[in-house]
Amino acid sequence: MSFLSFLLGEKKSSANVAKERLRIILAHERLNGDNSTSDYLPQLQKELMEVISKYVKINPEDIKVNLERQGQLEVLEVKIEMQQKA
Amino acid sequence: MTRIVVVTSGKGGVGKTTSSASFSSGLAMRGYKTAVIDFDVGLRNLDLIMGCERRVVYDFVNVIQGEATLNQALIKDKNLENLFILPASQTRDKDALSQEGVEKVINDLKEMGFDYIICDSPAGIETGALLAAYFADDALVVTNPEVSSVRDSDRILGILASKSRRAVMGETPVKEFLLLTRYNPKRVEDGEMLSLQDIEDILRIKLIGVIPESESVLQASNQGLPAIHIKESDVSEAYQDVVARYLGEEKPLRFTSYQKPSLLKRWLGGK
Repeated sequence: MSFLSFLLGEKKSSANVAKERLRIILAHERLNGDNSTSDYLPQLQKELMEVISKYVKINPEDIKVNLERQGQLEVLEVKIEMQQKA
Repeated sequence: MTRIVVVTSGKGGVGKTTSSASFSSGLAMRGYKTAVIDFDVGLRNLDLIMGCERRVVYDFVNVIQGEATLNQALIKDKNLENLFILPASQTRDKDALSQEGVEKVINDLKEMGFDYIICDSPAGIETGALLAAYFADDALVVTNPEVSSVRDSDRILGILASKSRRAVMGETPVKEFLLLTRYNPKRVEDGEMLSLQDIEDILRIKLIGVIPESESVLQASNQGLPAIHIKESDVSEAYQDVVARYLGEEKPLRFTSYQKPSLLKRWLGGK
């Protein structure tokens, strides 16, 4: 650090900012790996919709598909809201 | 035994071709019979960096498609007896390379008794880059101390670990080496540039060398002379160290700390 920046008060160096940003983005990208696992979610949602609507009347927005990672565990959550009979 | 080395990076403009030219020259200077192949079909530049652009008659794609023999296409380096260049095609498109074709050329080079085959990868992660990496035993991952280059190198490491021949066949993985280029120790010291320790921490592969940012790289490419031949330059010494480390010698890192001009240093009372 130069004398001037010492006088002006310690600011976080841009190299440190770069390092932190890289750490975060690479941790994320390494988890997703090469064949990004979440690529199939829209297709899954569409096909679930097709199957379920054969039996039950349902709106596209009533199906929610979500993939979450909790530590080493991958959790696929599928939430289907049934319409209440009027 | 022939060793196949890919020089790769993901990102463009970080010094793959410069490094391929100097690394292959360095191995040849040590007496190893070396071939360097340009995989950048459509955008060839290794010939210019090696200064043999006017001697290109046949290229890599001609050989793959049976229009020329490997011997016809290989260009003997003007400086080193046992260095040969296989230029890329400038006119074909990048899909002219096939895995079988590349494998045939590599096997023929092995039979011709080459010790090292250096594959100069194109930027990106398309066919040319994948094929350059596919047959590799070792990889030099060329990285600049800059966020986009580091991220792309990480991506390339992922590809080496999953899509190379060694990965697909379940053999011992490709040996990965980090080659930091365009390193500016002063900017690192000023906190303006990622340090080599930062990048080692992030990429977690073995560092094989640090090439300082230098005017002599441009001087070298202007003349069509690999930078390792620019006598007494930092870059030349740094590349020679890289070659030595690759061959298993112990060499301390050089050109990685900034020396302030001494008068100014005392005057300012700095470090």
